[in-house]
Amino acid sequence: MSDFFTLASLVFVVGSGIRLATPFLLAGLGETIGQRSGVLNLGVEGVMLLGAFGAYYVILETKTPVLGVLVGVGVGFVMGLLYALVTVSFRAEQGISGIGIFLFGLGMSDLLFQKQVGTPLPIKGFGDWHIPLLSDIPNIGQMFFQHSVLVYLAFVLVPVVAFLLNRTTFGLNIRAVGENPAAADSLGVSVVKVRYSTIILANILAGLAGAVLAIELGIFQQNLTSGQGFIAVALVYFGAWRPTGVMAGALLFGLVSSTVLQWKTLGIVSGAASSITAMAPAVLTIVALVVITRAVGQPSALTKPFDRGS
Amino acid sequence: MSEVSAATPTPLLRLNRISKRFPGVLANDSVDFEVLSGEIHALLGENGAGKSTLMKILYGLYQHDEGEMFLAGEPVHIDRPSDAIQAGLAMIHQHFMLVPTLSVAENVALGLADSGFLSDTSRVADRISELSAQYGLAVDPSSNVWQLAVGERQRVEIIKALYRECRLLILDEPTAVLTPQEVDELFVILRKMADDGRGLIFISHKLDEVLTLADRITVLRDGRVSGETTPSATSKEELAQMMVGRPVQLAPDKADVDPGSPRLTVTGLNVDGDRGRQAVTGVSIEVRAGEILGIAGVSGNGQRELAEALAGLRPLTAGQMFIDGNEVTGGTPSEIRRAGMAYVPEERMRDGVVGEFTVAENLILVDYNSEPYCRRGALHLRKIAERASTLIDRFNVKTPTIETTTQSLSGGNIQKLIMARELSTRPTVLVASQPTRGVDIGAAEYIHRRLVEERDNGTAILVISEDLDEILALADRIAVMFEGRLMGILNRENISVAHVGLLMAGVSE
Repeated sequence: MSDFFTLASLVFVVGSGIRLATPFLLAGLGETIGQRSGVLNLGVEGVMLLGAFGAYYVILETKTPVLGVLVGVGVGFVMGLLYALVTVSFRAEQGISGIGIFLFGLGMSDLLFQKQVGTPLPIKGFGDWHIPLLSDIPNIGQMFFQHSVLVYLAFVLVPVVAFLLNRTTFGLNIRAVGENPAAADSLGVSVVKVRYSTIILANILAGLAGAVLAIELGIFQQNLTSGQGFIAVALVYFGAWRPTGVMAGALLFGLVSSTVLQWKTLGIVSGAASSITAMAPAVLTIVALVVITRAVGQPSALTKPFDRGS
Repeated sequence: MSEVSAATPTPLLRLNRISKRFPGVLANDSVDFEVLSGEIHALLGENGAGKSTLMKILYGLYQHDEGEMFLAGEPVHIDRPSDAIQAGLAMIHQHFMLVPTLSVAENVALGLADSGFLSDTSRVADRISELSAQYGLAVDPSSNVWQLAVGERQRVEIIKALYRECRLLILDEPTAVLTPQEVDELFVILRKMADDGRGLIFISHKLDEVLTLADRITVLRDGRVSGETTPSATSKEELAQMMVGRPVQLAPDKADVDPGSPRLTVTGLNVDGDRGRQAVTGVSIEVRAGEILGIAGVSGNGQRELAEALAGLRPLTAGQMFIDGNEVTGGTPSEIRRAGMAYVPEERMRDGVVGEFTVAENLILVDYNSEPYCRRGALHLRKIAERASTLIDRFNVKTPTIETTTQSLSGGNIQKLIMARELSTRPTVLVASQPTRGVDIGAAEYIHRRLVEERDNGTAILVISEDLDEILALADRIAVMFEGRLMGILNRENISVAHVGLLMAGVSE
């Protein structure tokens, strides 16, 4: 255990914790936008898988990481359009539709991977961008300022999403539609347009989260995300539908994950014990969810389709 | 130009032979309706008469099948609420269209046509303050709507309409949630809005209010206009007849009955609300055999929690409860029922019936597991059907068959079904919450008569209602509830509406 409490080990744990938190954060921010408008999307996992495969495949073929990111975004856009069509226009039950999207993403990403790639070859991502001056600060620099540009992007999006929700007219519309869609409708706000926009934004961020995961790992395999999309949904509840709360949850999750990884590397846990500690992040999330979600109310119209005049 | 149009001003709004069909129903049958600027035009009618449909057509929530609409003489097409807003229409819905988690200013700013990318609530807040001052609508733009009392929420709705510079304002049952004093204040504001040249449509089923406020009254029945008149040319009785289509007795005949011994006794009752805050504080009541105790009060002052606690649906945090001298404190709903209580809940669709069940099934909900309807764990369907037929006959429940799903019945018939089920248990105590809310006049008249009959037979009845007229018509004694406490119990003989109104607002002297 003494090996773990060294400065070097701590720096590693924090640095990789931040890195591991990034996909959760991106997907969680998207899901926050969606849920604030009253739409639950359980399909995040599936969209992440499709985004991850798309990005991986394109980078494998073109060696251009930027194209991979764009493909992740594009996949998210298309899946968002599909999900909006099903849940907003056709008013299908959101929980079931989301599970459908997940299963579709799980199967389709694997099928395409088997058909198009077969044997996994590594891809090369953006590499780390050392922020001038800041990255030179001993330890602090290694923890916070020597990451991929995608990591910075995710964290910059936290205040951006918060601003969007709280300070813009679009954000006001989102919050109103999520709480009382009939009220928004009666004032001429189009519930359909707002929800299409939020669902597409949410899915773009989910697709991007998948792309980031594949690029950071430099690999794709079947079920690459292994539940990260579902955890991102849980983090929205954990974060009480606030971007900063979601960030706190994502960081907590990332740090616990990197701690467990470090324990394994250092041989502090092994065998069955390491399998049990691997569950720690999930258990922690459940505990936190039980404690926190009692205290705050979710958007009143969450999961409820809107039908004017009924 | 014809001579007629030269003599009369162009109406602000004219609806010409509007018809609207729903599957199996003609909701509006070539309705003509007009509003002049400066006029308050009341639209009166029972539930299902077509008032709401007509207004939803006007506001773009429904599309009409036939007919034309004119605004200030120009034909208009309103396909969605934003068209209505642009044309200068505003609507204050019965269930307020507010977002509780947003501030007053944000609620007003929502959907404004001139808002840019950034939401500028401080500019909106300034304008709200101006309008508040101008019309006497006291409200703080920065408070969150969930913190506001009902009367304040309504002021926010009016400000929303004023802010959008509406020419025509539709008010759907705006007084349902107000105290008599608040109603008076509202009427002053509405008159001022009309005097500024706006047209107002006032939808109501309260005859007194319509007669007080309106310049003109149009009555709808079964989707058709059954009469147009002015307050000076008509009376409550005549209006009620136009609404129902036959003469109506507005208040039930009540003989004097000497009440007997107390059947329901409650002392020092405390009950928590949904959010853990205490909703009922120190309530002590005694309801005697052969009397109706009415509990009046504005919605949300603990009446719902009190009723649920009496029925055993909500735990008591303090106090004791006796039925016919037997303690039932902390009893389960079925123990309390066995002690002799029947309960007509406020939310009839949620707590009174199972909407998807048939009429016959709903009629045995309280004794489905006792003889003769259940033998050795199996339902005795023939007995159940017999009983259902008897009860729907006896209580005048209008249903195609006893196998009809209950949710397809009208509110009045569902309420009669609940009354039938509850009274068939021969209770000694009856707790009836909002017994005629949303029920048409005909059914309300019937329910009131049954309640008085039941009282005459020696049942102790507690009627909880937000409709003060109902309390005044039924109750032998009246208790007023404010913020979870009883503001004193008055005898029917020495009650004035003004006094009750003050108690409803929490003024005890």
